[in-house]
Amino acid sequence: MSHFISPVLWQFLTKWMTTFALWPQEASTIAPWTDALYLFLWAMTIFGLVLVGALLFTFAFKYRAEKHPVAIQVEGSTLLEATWTIIPLGIFLFVFVWGAWLYFRIYNPPANAMQIYIVGKQWMWKAEHPGGQHEINALHVPTGRPVQLTMISQDVFHSYSIPAFRVKREVIPGRYSTVWFNATQPGTYHLFCTQYCGTLHSGMIGEIVAMTPDDYQKWTETSTSGTSLAQNGERIFSSLGCNSCHNGTAAARGPNLSGLYGAKITMDDGSTQIATSGWLRDTILNPSQHVPAGYKPIMPTYQGQVSEEGLIDLVEYIKTLKSNYRNQQTLVTAKSSDAAPTTPEMVKP
Amino acid sequence: MSTIVSLPDQSTATLPKRNYLNNEHGLMSWLLTGDHKRIAMLYLVSITFFFFLGGFFAGMIRLELLTPAGDLMAADTYNKMFTMHGIVMIFLFLVPSVPATLGNFLIPIMIGAKDLAFPKINLLSWYLYMIGGTFVLASLVLGGVDTGWTFTTPLSTHYLNTHVITTATAIFIAGFSSIFTGLNFIVTVHRMRAPGMTWFKMPLFVWSNYAAAIMMVLGTPVLAIAITLVALERLVGIGVFDPAKGGDPLLFQHLFWFYSHPAVYIMILPGFGVISEVISTFSRKRVFGYTAVAFSSVAIALFGFFVWAHHMFIMGVSNYSVLVFSLLTMLVAVPSAIKIFNWSFTLQKGSVTFETPMLYAFGFIGLFTIGGLTGVFLGSLGMDIHLTETYFIVAHFHFVMVGGMLMAFLAGVHFWWPKMTGRMYPESVSKLAAIITFIGFILTFFPQFVVGYLGMPRRYHAYPAEFQVLNVLSTAGATVLGVGYLLPLLYLGWSLKYGAIAGNNPWQATGLEWQIQSPPLTENFLVTPIVEQEAYDYEWLARKTAREAQHVA
Repeated sequence: MSHFISPVLWQFLTKWMTTFALWPQEASTIAPWTDALYLFLWAMTIFGLVLVGALLFTFAFKYRAEKHPVAIQVEGSTLLEATWTIIPLGIFLFVFVWGAWLYFRIYNPPANAMQIYIVGKQWMWKAEHPGGQHEINALHVPTGRPVQLTMISQDVFHSYSIPAFRVKREVIPGRYSTVWFNATQPGTYHLFCTQYCGTLHSGMIGEIVAMTPDDYQKWTETSTSGTSLAQNGERIFSSLGCNSCHNGTAAARGPNLSGLYGAKITMDDGSTQIATSGWLRDTILNPSQHVPAGYKPIMPTYQGQVSEEGLIDLVEYIKTLKSNYRNQQTLVTAKSSDAAPTTPEMVKP
Repeated sequence: MSTIVSLPDQSTATLPKRNYLNNEHGLMSWLLTGDHKRIAMLYLVSITFFFFLGGFFAGMIRLELLTPAGDLMAADTYNKMFTMHGIVMIFLFLVPSVPATLGNFLIPIMIGAKDLAFPKINLLSWYLYMIGGTFVLASLVLGGVDTGWTFTTPLSTHYLNTHVITTATAIFIAGFSSIFTGLNFIVTVHRMRAPGMTWFKMPLFVWSNYAAAIMMVLGTPVLAIAITLVALERLVGIGVFDPAKGGDPLLFQHLFWFYSHPAVYIMILPGFGVISEVISTFSRKRVFGYTAVAFSSVAIALFGFFVWAHHMFIMGVSNYSVLVFSLLTMLVAVPSAIKIFNWSFTLQKGSVTFETPMLYAFGFIGLFTIGGLTGVFLGSLGMDIHLTETYFIVAHFHFVMVGGMLMAFLAGVHFWWPKMTGRMYPESVSKLAAIITFIGFILTFFPQFVVGYLGMPRRYHAYPAEFQVLNVLSTAGATVLGVGYLLPLLYLGWSLKYGAIAGNNPWQATGLEWQIQSPPLTENFLVTPIVEQEAYDYEWLARKTAREAQHVA
């Protein structure tokens, strides 16, 4: 065949045929569910199109002026109109329910999901693993295990999209957003920023590398920086002098942070707030908005003093403060250079 | 007997000696005119210019996307191209397209009035539009803007050094043009109807433009507010959208989409009106279920205001609000479905002919059905997560806006061309153009559904190689589409001088506009008509024609 057509054209065609895609890979547990709804919706569209097309062509052909020179005037028909109001309404409501079910399935993470932090900035994606692995424009994840991404932008709106997993979520400045997935197939997949973010928007891409649990274990061991996010957080905690108030003693000017993460806290105005990751971040930046009952609004803002990565480290550190023991230990090793590289817990993903 | 206008045979028809085109002469007679028909023509010329300008940007986008690498132009240039394409096409073409040209020309005549309620405000609308257009051109000449037409904060407020304020000013000013047009239509429809022209005798074109006018008046001020806040943020840093100052970046999204979703209906509703007129005329039959079609326009206008957050499903709005907005989105799809079926059943038992406007109307129904149903994909919460911000959404809104609205606009321009100019367009070449447009459109935008589901994000200057085949198809289609749009420009221009004389009522249509001379007199009607017939009353038309024939004899 290649002898009969221009070699350039031949190369061009073969290159096309080998790289041509019509359907995205299904590489997460959610992908088949999304695809099922997508196929249903196309079935609905084709049905609607064929129905409307059949009506138009039949009527246009049957009642063309040559065959049917005089039109018969009809007012309408309440029965017919009710039919084509109620049936589409029923179908659309069914799609609404199905879509809502899928939405919550995609966005509600399971409780045992592994945590990874993502920081977006013009024009790169930084991934921060709790075990101290840092990546740029790449994300290594294990298969067969739910992974939750907690994401924030340093500048403008971005959007974290992994088409092969059928997940996507906006990455917003000033607040955490989350998305989760459970990869099923080892492989390398596209990561796209899908929210227009300026000059190199189309360069804000990367690779999602899904690995078998064994390979992933090897990867975490070879690529860790040696310091976990919580350990980094502990250093920042000391260097900012947080422990001068949050020292866990009865006389402390700031509340005890032990066991804080996930707790329900009563505020000075009587309302209650839940200590989520995002809430922890916000209390550091806007402390006056989050004064617990029994404390004075004396904490200064740390806006502009800690990077988003630093805030993630602090949040991770506060999350590890399950008992007063860790807090006390930080208090003892108050100088930042002494802050514990040795923690009771091993550095694990 | 003297007031009855005779209905000359098509072949013997002559151009009326006095009409709105030759009533006055000279440039100033156009620039200072209060005649709604002349203002409509001013708009027609201006929006055509901006349509081809926007089309040029589209062409550049498609050329860049012919290859995966970003090799034709720099990334910033590409970003400016799609931004200018969106701004020009939406604010300077689609929003004013049918209302400001066909609506301006026809609404007073259709309800038996001599002009719109406020002729001078009508002229002011055109001037505002032109000033807005000039600002867009200025920002283009100065170096362009690359915010995307959506002006997403904080990108538009803090991270770009292009001409954001110039463009924002353009949109602010052009917005007032559409507010004034809307206001004019509302007052005209309420106050200026001829004796006997009750609400339910009005043509559906008037109903749908009335519904769009309400949306223009209620929605556009919110756009003005959003865009002013963006400008203030850039100029003095008020911090409303800036999280570092306690602002909320999502607030901009709410404000922007509170206008920009209803804007979709502002654009499409007048197109629905055109389709109702065209389908009825070429089936020689009244529109099936007139009341349902009229009220479905009003229902769309009403529901259309409460679906804006469906643009924000992945942005972390609360679970309760995503549910409500998704549900309302499903509800707003129903009135459109009703219209599609009502139009289809208008053909039943009619006497159908296939002139060019009818071909465009068929194209409209097919493409709008796809565009509308793919909108249901995006309104469905879970599906939206994968589809939003990809080429799927680009394909969807081009099916609605280009496949739907532009087809309707071209249907309308061809349909009323004889009335506006007194001359016929050439029938066979225009049928060819309609078919070319349809084929080109499908080829351009259908592959984008596929590439969107593969995950190709919108607004990408460069893309992975496996998306190339579909992008090449799309670019090839755009070339065909370009030919389809250039043809009407040529043959309609030709017909101004060489087209056959149209006569009063070449289509034997029932609307009041077809009962007067083409082109109409400046005052439209010598005597204010007294309306006894309903809209689309072909039996009345037959009786009237028979009576006039006798009088002539």
